[in-house]
Amino acid sequence: MTEPAGEREKLLENAMMRHHYAGDALIEILHAAQQLHGYLSLSLLREIARKLRLPPSKVLGVATFYHLFRFAPPAEHTACVCLGTACYVEGAAGLANIVRESGWTLEVDRCAGACGLAPLVVCDGMALTRTTSAQLESRLRDKYESRNAPPGSAG
Amino acid sequence: MNRETLLQVQQAERQRVALLKDRILCCTVAGCLAGGAGAVRDALEGEVAQRGRTAQIEVCGTGCLGLCSEGPLVRSSAGDAIYTNVTSADVSAIVDGNRVPTIGPGHPFFAGQRRIILANSGQTDPERIADYIGTGGYRSLLRAVTEMTPEQIIAEVRRSGLRGRGGAGYSTGLKWELVARQPSKVKYVVCNADEGDPGAFMNRAVLEGDPHRVLEGMAIAGRAVGASQGYVYVRGESPLAVARLRTALEQARRQELLGDRIFESSFNFRIDLRIGAGAYVCGEETALLASIEGKRGQPVARPPYPPERGLWTQPTLINNVETFANIRTIVEKGGDWFASIGSPTSPGTKVFALAGRIARAGLVEVPIGTPLATIIHDLGGGVPAGYEFKAAQTGGPAGGCIPATHLDLPMDYDSLQSIGAIMGSGGLIVMDTSSCMVDIARFFMEFCRDESCGKCIPCRAGTVQMHDILARITRGEGVNADFGMLEELSGLLRAASLCGLGIAAPNPVLSTLRHFRPEYEAHVREHRCPAGHCHMSVLSEVTA
Repeated sequence: MTEPAGEREKLLENAMMRHHYAGDALIEILHAAQQLHGYLSLSLLREIARKLRLPPSKVLGVATFYHLFRFAPPAEHTACVCLGTACYVEGAAGLANIVRESGWTLEVDRCAGACGLAPLVVCDGMALTRTTSAQLESRLRDKYESRNAPPGSAG
Repeated sequence: MNRETLLQVQQAERQRVALLKDRILCCTVAGCLAGGAGAVRDALEGEVAQRGRTAQIEVCGTGCLGLCSEGPLVRSSAGDAIYTNVTSADVSAIVDGNRVPTIGPGHPFFAGQRRIILANSGQTDPERIADYIGTGGYRSLLRAVTEMTPEQIIAEVRRSGLRGRGGAGYSTGLKWELVARQPSKVKYVVCNADEGDPGAFMNRAVLEGDPHRVLEGMAIAGRAVGASQGYVYVRGESPLAVARLRTALEQARRQELLGDRIFESSFNFRIDLRIGAGAYVCGEETALLASIEGKRGQPVARPPYPPERGLWTQPTLINNVETFANIRTIVEKGGDWFASIGSPTSPGTKVFALAGRIARAGLVEVPIGTPLATIIHDLGGGVPAGYEFKAAQTGGPAGGCIPATHLDLPMDYDSLQSIGAIMGSGGLIVMDTSSCMVDIARFFMEFCRDESCGKCIPCRAGTVQMHDILARITRGEGVNADFGMLEELSGLLRAASLCGLGIAAPNPVLSTLRHFRPEYEAHVREHRCPAGHCHMSVLSEVTA
């Protein structure tokens, strides 16, 4: 999401061109659009529908069917709790509650494939493995404080 | 690429590796990466470079070494040793070859395994095609294209007795024959890599650790059934698998192992990637095909089955990742060799993702028919001290629970089915006395409720109703009539749902009701959770 707006437009156009503006590449195009823009806005979806010559209803219908597509900008700080079976058996539901109460944005993964190190929580891209409640609480608190700390201070 | 160049590359790679003093392989797939394996690899590379020994010692990333609970794992080829729980502080000792503790190939976790699908995982660098060719890779494709007729390939696969590893266990050879028999000129080969069961990471580990093995299997299938286009439909939540597949496809194309006139024959085969966007139902084959076509991933009624009418209405062969991963070895060593492994009705090996309440968790590959007790106690080291084994859950949300009384059960398709569980794709979650079976049934029903595509009413409404009942029971608000209601709804979902998701959704409930009914009764009649897991609102109100 670092490219300027004009650049993003061009990259999306390239992605569509690579797929010859074919309607059956819609999901690939949506992936590309979300990667460039961070989320799929209504105007972006309308633009994709126009370019691929699909009814806007179809584009919205497909986009909303799949969990990975977002329709609002991603939150600044997210804690993603894996709720796969292995993590659940090791108490991940309790960890999700801790995140809910912490003020962080909770995301849920259905299985991150790190079942051997369950339970897994990923805070802003940093993974905690075999996570205990105390560990998670302190991690969430640290980040919250460093976020509010004056500029230039460590953290 | 032709026969000579393939053999040259293989020869050169083997010589290169033989000249190395040591090859240090760091597991760099999902589990170990989450544990910090990326930093370990960088530190190892730095250490070797600093000592000026890059000519003698190679450091590279590799696929899953198996023992995920002890990760990050590093393997040294010199001593055939595996280092566990490695941190950056250990790198100097590893390069010297004297870091302790180490485990060797005789460790019980490895001794009980037989690796065919995972043969290269932990041995080669998945991002280098030369590594794969060095292990004899693409030799089977060479054979299939230049020395075998499509009929001979199919006959070999039939002789192997290989059954689909996606869960249903349909004969792979029969399926190939069905597609091959179709008169249509355009046919497709699709690899189902949309492994979505929570607690299952076998396919993902194969794609991340040895992607070329799957591509080679697909190309051989293409030759056998007469297809020239393949698709890998991979789960969008596995970015590393996607990246490794992209790299592998690019390399295979550049080496002309995929594309036009493979091995200078008239056989053309291309493979494209399709990336899923997070819908569990897309593991169902008709939903998967709809998703490849850019539509909502909703299933349609069968028949016609995809071998007759599949992608863009053309005959389509769909197999699971693990099924394709077996093909190279079947062509290489013959169907009879393969059929001699495992059990007579289900030959070969199966990869299980062993996790949950178990001492050693990770990926294990064992001959089909290995007793559950061997996997859990010998390989997995049993449940943590102070607890008792209670159940093993197989097959994810479509599967069932195996109680302790069936620990000696051979893990094959038919035995599992006989007690209300399924082989599924290979998730194996161990639960001990701290796990509540009613809550596990609720957990899976919640999953099915969330993932129901909404097309047919039995599944859309039935999963909601069943989840509500189970949630009520775990809150201590269950009533006696709930038992009958759960059974009735289960029958309805099984009989009237459109696809496997709805048909199989009641399985965890029915299997826990069958084997753990007293636990349900304790929740409903005594407002008590025997595992001490569920928070009983009724009870807490009484005691408050």
